[in-house]
Amino acid sequence: MSFNIVVCVKQVVDPDTPSAAFNINQDKLSVIPADGIPPVVNGYCENAVEAALKIKDSIPDTTVTVVSIGTNFIMDVIKKPLSMGADKMILVDDPNLESLDPFSTTKILSSVISKISDYDLIICGQHASDWDNAHVPMGISETLNIPCLNSAREIDIKPNEITIKSSIPDGYITLKSSLPALVTVSNEIGEPRYPTLKGIMQASRKTPEKLSFENIDIKISDLSPKMTLVDLALPVSNSKCEILEGEDDADSGKLLALKLRESKII
Amino acid sequence: MSDILVLAETENNYLHSTAGELIAAGRKLADELGNQVCAVITDDVDESSFKNLIHLGADKVYVISHAELSKGNIDAFVSYLEQICIQINPNVILTSRTYMGRNIGARIAYRLESGVAQDCIDVEIDKNSSRVIATRPVYGGNAVARFTFNQDDPQVIILRVKSFDSNEIDTTRNGSIEKLNISIDNDAIKLKLIETVKEESEGIRLEDAPVIVAGGRGLGGPEPFKQLEELANIFDGAVGASRAVCDAGWMDHAFQIGLTGKQVAPDVYITVGISGASQHMAGCLGSRNIIAINNDADANIFKDASYGVVGDWEKVLPSFTEAVRDLLKS
Ligand SMILES: Cc1cc2nc3c(=O)[nH]c(=O)nc-3n(C[C@H](O)[C@H](O)[C@H](O)COP(=O)(O)OP(=O)(O)OC[C@H]3O[C@@H](n4cnc5c(N)ncnc54)[C@H](O)[C@@H]3O)c2cc1C
Repeated sequence: MSFNIVVCVKQVVDPDTPSAAFNINQDKLSVIPADGIPPVVNGYCENAVEAALKIKDSIPDTTVTVVSIGTNFIMDVIKKPLSMGADKMILVDDPNLESLDPFSTTKILSSVISKISDYDLIICGQHASDWDNAHVPMGISETLNIPCLNSAREIDIKPNEITIKSSIPDGYITLKSSLPALVTVSNEIGEPRYPTLKGIMQASRKTPEKLSFENIDIKISDLSPKMTLVDLALPVSNSKCEILEGEDDADSGKLLALKLRESKII
Repeated sequence: MSDILVLAETENNYLHSTAGELIAAGRKLADELGNQVCAVITDDVDESSFKNLIHLGADKVYVISHAELSKGNIDAFVSYLEQICIQINPNVILTSRTYMGRNIGARIAYRLESGVAQDCIDVEIDKNSSRVIATRPVYGGNAVARFTFNQDDPQVIILRVKSFDSNEIDTTRNGSIEKLNISIDNDAIKLKLIETVKEESEGIRLEDAPVIVAGGRGLGGPEPFKQLEELANIFDGAVGASRAVCDAGWMDHAFQIGLTGKQVAPDVYITVGISGASQHMAGCLGSRNIIAINNDADANIFKDASYGVVGDWEKVLPSFTEAVRDLLKS
């Protein structure tokens, strides 16, 4: 059987950017990327690519198509899923995407996906580390009217059927649905594989297909944003830390305990 | 008049602790808007839970029942909420950022084509427009954003766990309890819940522990966690971990604290070898006291901690533990 997987990925500001290098443009209510720190593929999206490639490892005739929408794509960054082993990539690159809300993103992604041939499975990361919305995948499943399975740590594919295990606070649940379906993955699905030299070579020969809003029948005027960002600020910390310093580290540890007792914290 | 709908989750036959938090947030909005807080709850709980919702601040309780709801089937919850919305037309829906609540909240918003704000730490009403303004950390907590909802209702708010305190129980409060007769389209239930497996861990649950000792990558491996456990045991507390630790396989993911792990708010949160990345702090900033042991004086954790030691945990921790043991004995 041939099996078609679509993986949605997002290019984001590197979440390991030190907070000291983190800055905000107050006029545009946006984050200023730190100098010299390139963007990355969102971590959970890499997990999603890994999940797709694991399925490809076990079902021979699997095609993995990666879709990303955004703007200012850096090819060396966004093509990483191809170097990991994905077959194809589709990019919707439009400057309007910078300021669109997640509801518009959902509409556009759903529109691209429905144009891609027959998909059996859509895999998304459960969370993007920039706006932390964590709801676009659910939106896609609602828009396409397909089952939505959340935060998988294990995925099992049988003909026309998907079963996942998903962590809950004190254990896990097992969920099943028919295909096509959408599944989101958590980091527990497994570390994204490193691109091999062969993978990097192959990816360098692949050109992502670029689509514009026109190609997918989207007009900006059709998109109705549901939310408006009114304010963006750096968080304020009002805590002042008292550092206990003894003669040596062991002594400092003891002083810390005494201090906590004295302050009735313990 | 449109009301505020709160999805009260249940646990082991009683209200989940987040139910009171949601009602408190709902009350804040309802008192400004002059409308009512209506709690939706499944019927598979002790009867006292319905009254409890009212004592916590709800004006109305809607009881729903279906075998799939009792199993925790998200599809069933979304379909029920959809039908309730058609009947009562709420202008706000509040759910909790639990496994259930964060998925149900997002799905219902998209089904009804309205807006949703994930992981909110505060909500208020804009005086001019009477629309909700939601405050939420973004970029893993490196920034804080405020969003307003445009014209569509219901405005769906997914509230960060422990960001609101429940109101005091007021047994003099009155309200109505109504069993809703709702039929849903069974084809809309696409998920099958095969099983729910409890992975029992020994000792106290992280979420309930008064003291948590959390370890990070700075510990260098799994073995040192035994020492953290020793310290935690003195307080009848629990051990937690950063994501770096769980991803490395030193501790199970069930111990992860943070934005994508558990949210805790103990009296004392002691971190050892944790840098204090904003995504980690998102899970523990509600703690009353944060204590840090880290060998890097510039580590972020010292921005949020109230007391700390800059030093090597291998030397600091044993003497700290010993001193704590002595102090608590006397
Ligand atoms: C979307 C997203 C979600 C995330 N969710 C979470 C989450 O839920 N929870 C979470 O924890 N993280 C989360 N993270 C990861 C987070 O950004 C950090 O990478 C992680 O918290 C770092 O863990 P750490 O502090 O243990 O390790 P590090 O950042 O490597 O810090 C180790 C610390 O140990 C100190 N140290 C080293 N040796 C010693 C010694 N001998 N004695 C004392 N101190 C020492 C170092 O100075 C350093 O400060 C998330 C990231 C993303 C992008």
